[in-house]
Amino acid sequence: MMGRPQKLIILLLTVLVTVPIATTARSAESVAFPTQEWSFNGPFGTFNRGELQRGFQVYKEVCATCHSLNFISFRNLTDLGFNENEVKAIAAEFQVEDGPNNEGDMFERAAIPSDMWPSPYPNDNAARASNNGALPPDLSLMVDARAGGADYLYALLSGYHETPQGKEIGEGMYYNAYYPGNQIAMPSPLVEDGVEYGDGTRATLVQQARDVTAFLAWATEPNMEQRKRMGVMVIIFLLVMTGLFYYSKKKIWSDVH
Amino acid sequence: MSGPKLTNPVARWIDHRLPVFTFLHHEMHEYPTPKNLNYWWNFGSLAGITLVIMIVTGIILSMHYTAHVDHAFQSVERIMRDVNYGWLIRYIHANGASFFFIVVYIHIFRGLYYGSYKAPRELLWMLGVVILLLMMATAFMGYVLPWGQMSFWGATVITNLFSAIPLVGESIVTLLWGGFSVDNPTLNRFFSLHYLLPFVIVGVVVLHIVALHRFGSNNPLGIDVRGDQDTVSFHPYYTVKDMFGLSVFLTIMAAVVFFLPNSMGHPDNYIPANPMVTPAHIVPEWYFLPFYAILRAVPDKLLGVLAMFAAIAVLFVLPWLDRSPVRSATFRPIYKIMFWVFLLDCVALTYLGAKPAEGIYVVLSRLCTVYYFAHFIILLPALSVFETPRSLPRSIGKSVLGGGNGIPAPAPAAAREKP
Repeated sequence: MMGRPQKLIILLLTVLVTVPIATTARSAESVAFPTQEWSFNGPFGTFNRGELQRGFQVYKEVCATCHSLNFISFRNLTDLGFNENEVKAIAAEFQVEDGPNNEGDMFERAAIPSDMWPSPYPNDNAARASNNGALPPDLSLMVDARAGGADYLYALLSGYHETPQGKEIGEGMYYNAYYPGNQIAMPSPLVEDGVEYGDGTRATLVQQARDVTAFLAWATEPNMEQRKRMGVMVIIFLLVMTGLFYYSKKKIWSDVH
Repeated sequence: MSGPKLTNPVARWIDHRLPVFTFLHHEMHEYPTPKNLNYWWNFGSLAGITLVIMIVTGIILSMHYTAHVDHAFQSVERIMRDVNYGWLIRYIHANGASFFFIVVYIHIFRGLYYGSYKAPRELLWMLGVVILLLMMATAFMGYVLPWGQMSFWGATVITNLFSAIPLVGESIVTLLWGGFSVDNPTLNRFFSLHYLLPFVIVGVVVLHIVALHRFGSNNPLGIDVRGDQDTVSFHPYYTVKDMFGLSVFLTIMAAVVFFLPNSMGHPDNYIPANPMVTPAHIVPEWYFLPFYAILRAVPDKLLGVLAMFAAIAVLFVLPWLDRSPVRSATFRPIYKIMFWVFLLDCVALTYLGAKPAEGIYVVLSRLCTVYYFAHFIILLPALSVFETPRSLPRSIGKSVLGGGNGIPAPAPAAAREKP
């Protein structure tokens, strides 16, 4: 009887030790993608304003045709380095529905900074109808809402290649090297020199992919810089507190042993 | 049992009529505590403090949260973007749940290693298991509130489990949902219960502490306190030690909250709930994974649900399964190995719970599930009879001074039953 549990223990130990321990499960069919250097990586990471403004331009001129940005209002754009007048001017380019007025009618007016970014479609059904049945997702939370975050988005946007031999692609679908299952309903949104950057940066496809990914990282978490700044101070405070309590504990316990 | 020396006449007046100061002095100041407790004993007070952090942040979040299927997701994003420091409060609360489970699981495994569940602390242990159950219910319902994809589908999967109960199963599920699918009534009752249960937990924690203070803490040697030379007063010795432990804990928690706030969540929960789109893999929060693995390891739905609940229920009877008279694993050579194997088994189940239920993962889940129950139902009772413990030190004080050349070990249970 003593032998059996021990044998069982040894058997199980051998089995279990060989099982690698991982903490998170990624969906099985997604493809591995390369990691990138981002200015917002790491505990001291910040956004690059130039990159954000270029990315905003790509979003506004390309993505916004189909994708909403529901959690961003025009006033948030001051984070990108625009001043209040610039934000007012950007908002004024858009018409939004307001009302009802005193006569009970809805009316159109130019957007103001407190308005949310207007959605390209009145509802999801209209969006599907214009996009071959596929719903272009809202982009406000893209970086947190996809496994792999910014690295994945960049890989996706720059991952439209020729369909490899022998790969069947469905009607109205496109080949993408990094999209789970390799079939995506969105045609490659970015083309070489598809936008003209005001700061002289050449708008290559990968440059646009980088810039718009950075912009989406900001849109996902506009408070990221504040969070990391505060985090550094909090950690320093807690480390000092830990040290003080460590020596207090040592001193108080010194008469016990 | 002397009271505190109160110099303030108002305090004296109050204490004479309502002895709160005497009570606090007795239970939190002079409360005699074994002087050999190691750092694993920090996790009880840490769990209590984490509960307070969760309640405080939760109450603030509820001031800004809207429990409605059309607004819940947006209201959470408003907290993240527009409420002053809302992102901080929510990240503390969301990660705090994970840290609460980390702390409580360590607390439980400490109890398992040092035999803290044994007489006379059986009720203390059982109250702890009640707290664990309440925590799980609270955490599950809390995860539903942001109304993301994992919220919705997790709620759908878990509530559907109750349909396996014969005869009344379907009715119970309808009652849980408040309708015929997970919808607005479900979200509303989950919010209500998520607000209620933490206060129930506080109540059980009070009972847990009352039961603890009846006989005092167990200790790494697992032997009884024999007198004042074995103990120190709780304050300042353990207050300062707990504060040091708390500082370390808060530093680690702050590192996650500020620099990796979404590392323990699932990306799909940043996608608004959509009843028409099922995520590729529905994965519960990490702290449910061992139980999820057990659920899926059993091919039959009802038996799977029963096995999952039995995995926790077996903890209630643990004090009567492990009949060994020696508490601490330090003096139980075979149990010590079994403890680590069991811990490994739980880690493996956690890993397997996150994997798809296919191929080798199913086989491993079944092996680990069988071992989980075998540990409690077969190995522990058998061990109480056949294991020969090492000799125990005479007293805590002697052992601390290094002279613990002890008394012979108690005989195995079979021989011991004579009066």
